[in-house]
Amino acid sequence: MTRKQRRLTMIGGSLAVLAIAAALVLNALRDSIVFFSTPVMVAEKHIPPGRRFRLGGMVLKGSLVRGDNLAVSFKVSDGSATLPVAYKGILPDLFREGQGVVAEGALDGSGVFKADLVLAKHDETYMPKEVADALKKQGHWKDDYGELASHKQGVPR
Amino acid sequence: MIAEAGHYALVLALGLALIQSTVPIIGARLHDGALMNVARSTALAQLLFVLASFAALVTLHVTSDFSVVNVYENSHSLKPMIYKITGVWGNHEGSMLLWVTILALFGGLVAAFGNNLPLSLRAHVLAVQAWVATAFYLFILLTSNPFMRIANPPIEGRDLNPVLQDIGLAVHPPMLYLGYVGFSISFSFAVAALIEGRIDAAWARWVRPWTLVAWIFLTLGIAMGSYWAYYELGWGGWWFWDPVENASLMPWLAGTALLHSAVVMEKRNALKVWTVLLAILTFSLSLLGTFLVRSGVLTSVHAFASDPTRGIFILLILCIFIGGSLTLYIWRASALKQGGLFAPISREGALVLNNLFLTTACATVFIGTLYPLALEVLTGDKISVGAPFFNLTFAPLFVPLMIAVPFGPMLAWKRGDLLGASQRLIAAGIAALIAVAVLWAWTRGGSVFAPLAIGLGVFVIVGALCDLAERMSLFRMPFPVALRRARGLPRSTWGTVFAHAGLGVALIGIVCETTWNTEHIASMKPNDVAQLAGYGLTFEGMAQRQASNYREQIARFAVSRDGQPVAVMTPSKRNFTARGSSTTEAALLRRGVSQLYISLGDTAADGAVAVRMYYKPMVLLIWFGPVLMAFGGVLSLSDRRLRVGAPKPAKASRALQAAE
Repeated sequence: MTRKQRRLTMIGGSLAVLAIAAALVLNALRDSIVFFSTPVMVAEKHIPPGRRFRLGGMVLKGSLVRGDNLAVSFKVSDGSATLPVAYKGILPDLFREGQGVVAEGALDGSGVFKADLVLAKHDETYMPKEVADALKKQGHWKDDYGELASHKQGVPR
Repeated sequence: MIAEAGHYALVLALGLALIQSTVPIIGARLHDGALMNVARSTALAQLLFVLASFAALVTLHVTSDFSVVNVYENSHSLKPMIYKITGVWGNHEGSMLLWVTILALFGGLVAAFGNNLPLSLRAHVLAVQAWVATAFYLFILLTSNPFMRIANPPIEGRDLNPVLQDIGLAVHPPMLYLGYVGFSISFSFAVAALIEGRIDAAWARWVRPWTLVAWIFLTLGIAMGSYWAYYELGWGGWWFWDPVENASLMPWLAGTALLHSAVVMEKRNALKVWTVLLAILTFSLSLLGTFLVRSGVLTSVHAFASDPTRGIFILLILCIFIGGSLTLYIWRASALKQGGLFAPISREGALVLNNLFLTTACATVFIGTLYPLALEVLTGDKISVGAPFFNLTFAPLFVPLMIAVPFGPMLAWKRGDLLGASQRLIAAGIAALIAVAVLWAWTRGGSVFAPLAIGLGVFVIVGALCDLAERMSLFRMPFPVALRRARGLPRSTWGTVFAHAGLGVALIGIVCETTWNTEHIASMKPNDVAQLAGYGLTFEGMAQRQASNYREQIARFAVSRDGQPVAVMTPSKRNFTARGSSTTEAALLRRGVSQLYISLGDTAADGAVAVRMYYKPMVLLIWFGPVLMAFGGVLSLSDRRLRVGAPKPAKASRALQAAE
């Protein structure tokens, strides 16, 4: 093989691998990404039952009900709408009423969000970033949610 | 006093870094040896001052000086001593100080042991190193000063995030940083080569050990972090494709590619331009990782609380260094001469294939990690890209790579014989087929993927052993002769065998755990029995314990198999009084390389406890594999031919320098 042929083989091979990778990525991006919504967005967008998405908001105070066999239900609120959530399993350590939560799952026929994953993705202020951003955007951000954070920054020097 | 001294030492280090950034470059332009040698003394002095600064912060934490904001926010007087020390880097400011300390450490090592480097190359390398250091000193001093005081010091601190109060944290971040920051050396060498417009096989011989050191630490750091997540977060998961994890995986993939392409460059003087690019990309990905974790773009255990100025500052550093080095690359790369020729089927060809797949896999991880961020900026939509995406992209790219792994070392340089290599790998092929057949028969028509993937793992492991047997002429010569030959093999050959076998071991662990993991969740009262994978787990009751800074609820489980008692497992829940938060401490019981795993949930009003139990077959192989890889790296590093900083006797090089 001449130098040119060798180089062409190399470049051709590389391009083939890159093309395969690009096809894999595009295919995966179509099928396996999950959108994030708050209860009011769920109501506005009419998300069909069975479509997976991530639900974020505050766990409504007094809404947590523990059933038999580790079944739990609670309501997630973003200030203007609430959505009932059903989950079976163990809630993460950081799950509290009145604090932020992110759950992944899908709506069932009766409008209940069946979560199969409840995330404890918190920073030190116990507020998931997605939820904080969404609440701020909708104007429901209350300062006491960020109380810990502002306390931190307000430390006298 | 100590805080001010630490602060002052850091400012002095910045001053030294500024001198080190400029004077040696001027020296190199003027061919002035004295000016170029400034780099060496400033690098060593810088290391001294940063170490002093770091020691000051450690002292403040150890003595619980709550008049310092950083200590107040992350420490507590009742915290055990070990966590007072590890808490130093369990927060944003402290971990950035650790970052620059390690950066200065690597710079100091090059200065101390780089006597045999050409004077101008060493001057350039240390100057580039100082550019990076300057940027990060400024970042710490301007946005995240760990030595800030409080006017009215509180009596007690706010304690460290309980999840971080664990021995895993003592080891994981320093390891990871040694890896991340270690790649700065190959970056500096690459940029120095571009500035000088000169690069040769000797360059690769210097770069390879440094890359190897960084790679070993990064490998161990990632494995350690994964094991920490496994036992501390209580979910039984060991890899979540979380952006923070991806941030460490990307430099690892690029670094692995760099390690292999540096071999080609050293041995065959080929792939120069590509190796330089990889060195730049690897450190760029390390910087990107630092940005993702430190800027607060992502929220996780690692992000701590952060404010936007820090994110913008790091983004600026990121743009300057990545943009600058790539511009320099485009401008100067053509000055580097092309090297040796090789046929597509050859050792070089196999290493190119390795590089191609590793960088492509790295690119898919990059897209999966940054696509959600880009989409949020562009359209405001929030999405999450999780495990399904990576299973569909990363995994298919790793399969051909792993098939190719055993072939690489079997092929000759320049022009290889694929048929011959296949014949020598016949044993590995047979072993893999037997493994697939046995597993498939055993699982009786279950998933086809698992037996095939395990077969691939077996192929990689036995393939590595075949290579070894071939080199020591086992089965062809009398055993003592083969043994003598084995002892005579270069350590780097042994390193390759261990590292490649480790890859196969890790794959087998991953496949076994994900396919045959059994999970059982139950609400249990005392004397309830749960059955899991042939084990009987009897809940015997709860006990209370008071430790120095938390209260612990300990559950007792008696484990039995076929009626015979095996062991007692004690998972617990800890309640940290200072922060009012709790953590779950899982209990692990090792059975061979498999594990039983119990973690606790909430206790209901009637005394029933939610319990999560797993049986995880072969799970320890997931971490045993990376340890083998790192061990292979250490063996390779100890090879006489590429011992750090000593490829040539020091005397000869001094004579050379004097002649310049």
